[in-house]
Amino acid sequence: MSPRQLLLSAAALLALSAPAMAEDVAITNATVVIGDGSAPIPNGTVVLRGGKVLAAGAGVAVPAGARTIDASGKWVTPGLVVAVTDIGLFDVEGVEESNDERADKGPFNAALDLSPAINPLAQHIAVSRAGGVTRAAVAPLRTGAIFGGQGAIIDLASDGQPITQARAFQFVQLGEDGARSAGGSRAAVHAVLRNAFMEARELARRGGGQGADPRLQDAAPERPGDALLTRFDAAALVPVVTGRQPLYVRAERAADIRMALALKADFPALKMVIVGATEGWMIAKELAASGVPVLATPLNDLPANFEQLGATQSNVGRMAAAGVKVGLGAFGDQPRYAPQYAGNLVSLTKVPGATGLNWGQAFASISSVPAAILGMGDKFGSLKPGLAGDVVIWDGDPLENSSGVVRVMIDGVEQSLVNHLTKLRDRYKVPTEGALPKAYEW
Amino acid sequence: MRAPKLLAGIAALALAASPGLAEKKKKEETVSPAAKAAREFDKNPFPSTYKPYPGEPTALVGATVFDGAGGRIDNGTVLLADGKVVAVGGADLVIPANFRRIDAAGKFVTPGIIDIHSHLGDYPSPQVQALSDGNEATAPTTPEVWAEHSVWPQDPGFSRALANGGITSLQILPGSANLMGGRSVVLKNVYSRTIQGMKFPGAPYGLKMACGENPKRVYGSKGRMPSTRMGNIAVNRMTWMKASEYRAKRNAGKLETRDLGMETLAGVLDGEILIQNHCYRADEMALVLDMAKEFGYKVSAFHHATEAYKIGDLLKAAGTCSAIWADWWGFKMESYDAIPENAGILQKAGACVVIHSDDENGIQRLNQEAAKAQGDARRAGIDISDAEVIRWLTLNPATAMGINQQTGSLEKGKMADVVLWNGNPLSVYSRPDKVWIDGALLFDAADPKRRPVSDFELGQVGEGDVK
Repeated sequence: MSPRQLLLSAAALLALSAPAMAEDVAITNATVVIGDGSAPIPNGTVVLRGGKVLAAGAGVAVPAGARTIDASGKWVTPGLVVAVTDIGLFDVEGVEESNDERADKGPFNAALDLSPAINPLAQHIAVSRAGGVTRAAVAPLRTGAIFGGQGAIIDLASDGQPITQARAFQFVQLGEDGARSAGGSRAAVHAVLRNAFMEARELARRGGGQGADPRLQDAAPERPGDALLTRFDAAALVPVVTGRQPLYVRAERAADIRMALALKADFPALKMVIVGATEGWMIAKELAASGVPVLATPLNDLPANFEQLGATQSNVGRMAAAGVKVGLGAFGDQPRYAPQYAGNLVSLTKVPGATGLNWGQAFASISSVPAAILGMGDKFGSLKPGLAGDVVIWDGDPLENSSGVVRVMIDGVEQSLVNHLTKLRDRYKVPTEGALPKAYEW
Repeated sequence: MRAPKLLAGIAALALAASPGLAEKKKKEETVSPAAKAAREFDKNPFPSTYKPYPGEPTALVGATVFDGAGGRIDNGTVLLADGKVVAVGGADLVIPANFRRIDAAGKFVTPGIIDIHSHLGDYPSPQVQALSDGNEATAPTTPEVWAEHSVWPQDPGFSRALANGGITSLQILPGSANLMGGRSVVLKNVYSRTIQGMKFPGAPYGLKMACGENPKRVYGSKGRMPSTRMGNIAVNRMTWMKASEYRAKRNAGKLETRDLGMETLAGVLDGEILIQNHCYRADEMALVLDMAKEFGYKVSAFHHATEAYKIGDLLKAAGTCSAIWADWWGFKMESYDAIPENAGILQKAGACVVIHSDDENGIQRLNQEAAKAQGDARRAGIDISDAEVIRWLTLNPATAMGINQQTGSLEKGKMADVVLWNGNPLSVYSRPDKVWIDGALLFDAADPKRRPVSDFELGQVGEGDVK
């Protein structure tokens, strides 16, 4: 073992040997945020039992024997759910050697399964956890192909077992990025997409790729001689066309979103989620009528490219007002910025002519709404009884800039908030070197 | 503070450079016409044509005022007239009869926000190759290029920075592909048909330099020097040596031709052009400070400076500001040790903190970035008042850009660059309500017509939307 490998395995052992017991906990005297869109509840209590939420709100009794945490002056919320992020796929994004975000030099795309690439001990996961993020959907955000592969739903606990659901969704790029990888034009995207779905449907008819694991079995049926997709890719799309695996569609321009919605006419089983949706507000009524939910990139307000000419920070608010189920997601930067984005949506309610979200809606857009869109609304995302005991205690209003995280629990287990950054902070609180070099302070 | 020191520095340099009077006279007689031309060139060939727009005498009454210099006045009064700040005071300040009175109770007033690091205009929106003019990445040193010749004054980003960020002045820098990327330009955030029409009158130029990964990657991948950090420093030193020789020749009247790049570098050595140095790592910043000593220049600010907290003492001693993000981290190797307490630890060390954006979205929320840094500092046991934090966005960047005599704080006689916020600017829930630049009301949240729409956006989807 190299010294580096040794270090890594030591860290892994430490993480794995951390106490993983979910005890009964009562958090009292806090401002409680349920996360379902309702307003914060002053002076409330949250009780966790067996790793789940037992009760949360005002007038909740503290069970005998529960460890009590007095959270006077603090806020308690469900853990943040960041839908569509790339954390865990790299150590340092710009260090290519460490980066598993894209596989555009390989022969496969739709068949790619991100779950084995996710490193639960990546610093980005630890830092996000310390920022209150407890669950995430990891997707190939920067994919180099029209199909990016199959994303995973993870928890951010430090137990080294991140995968809640592998192959939870397929990711496809439309618009300018999709056009580039399909051959240079949106017309090519359309053809590639339809061909892929037809090949997958045909394969499904022939009885291939039907297993729980969509990767191809050895005994695959024959395919037509003009098939374009690799066997693995075609098989991976079978659960998509049959509606067993959701399809996350990255689209920004209103016309591209319309094109995605229109796919359902020919492939009615598709379970779609629109990702990005910068111009979603322009067709909000159609989106609402389609019942297709949206994970919107918040705050885009620049014509960053020609498919985002209609960008406005009021996008999320306008879609929500029209009845679209909309959560925040697909912001390419750090998941711990989620509360800041949500807070900004609240600030818009005070700007004449702008549309934002009220506080409860804004918090839900980074907790229960993305959880529901991920199909996990009955497992986590709010402090409703029976859901996972994912709890964050904050030293103030969680959407406010100056607030920070005090404690994080995932499945009722208290998590370490120590990471590379906190250790650097502690080492350099007094920057000058002492009797020994800084390297001896740890 | 820094400005007098800087001015003193320039005077000292000038003295050191000028020989005795008699000797000087003798030398001038022997200077050739070519040498004279190389010495007496027009230093301002693209002069600012910016003219303040008309405003009306205005009194902001009842707001909490952060003056940008660390001061706070509750229930304050701010008077603006003829493009200038006339007076700043409390509730007892007498408001002249002809002033328009704005009831600002419950609201907050700050100086205009200043971004020391922007690429608006030279990397504008839309981000298409046809408009990508931020890096002359064809040679490791290009001190001869000037960012102002790349800026597209129709970038929609200027309006968003104004409306959401309260940005009234900003420095546009060339990118960081090159060790010496070229001259910066300081702009007033006021749309104009020409870049000269946006130029901040009298602002000194900056020279953008870059440490670390970017130059070595860009030129290393072209198979040429520099491909390493040692190559970076070597090319820099060789170039500074040439510049020193150039300057000595110029002062001796022995130049035969002009050299655009050398004019910029000699301008740095003369103390007229300020160094704005992209540099992340503590060890590299320390090397650059020594290199600056070696050649006799000063680093005005390190930009990005993610590891500045490790060397707050060195930065304080050098009088060099750290222009930083609140909490960008982990996107490249040299940002791996970025910590959100960077600003707080620097402030505690007595070093100069500036919050910058380097980003067309971040520039819309510099106030929020500062507030995040303030919160992280507080959790680390470093309490910094709101009024002091506002300084990171106003007077400190103005000082590091050499425009602190004109703007950056609410002080009698300074430009009336003012933001009225609808709540505490350090709260996520607050936005600019009105923004004045040189006393002209150029953004008003309540008036759709006081919201600029760039040429590019006319007739397009979303024209005139709140954004």
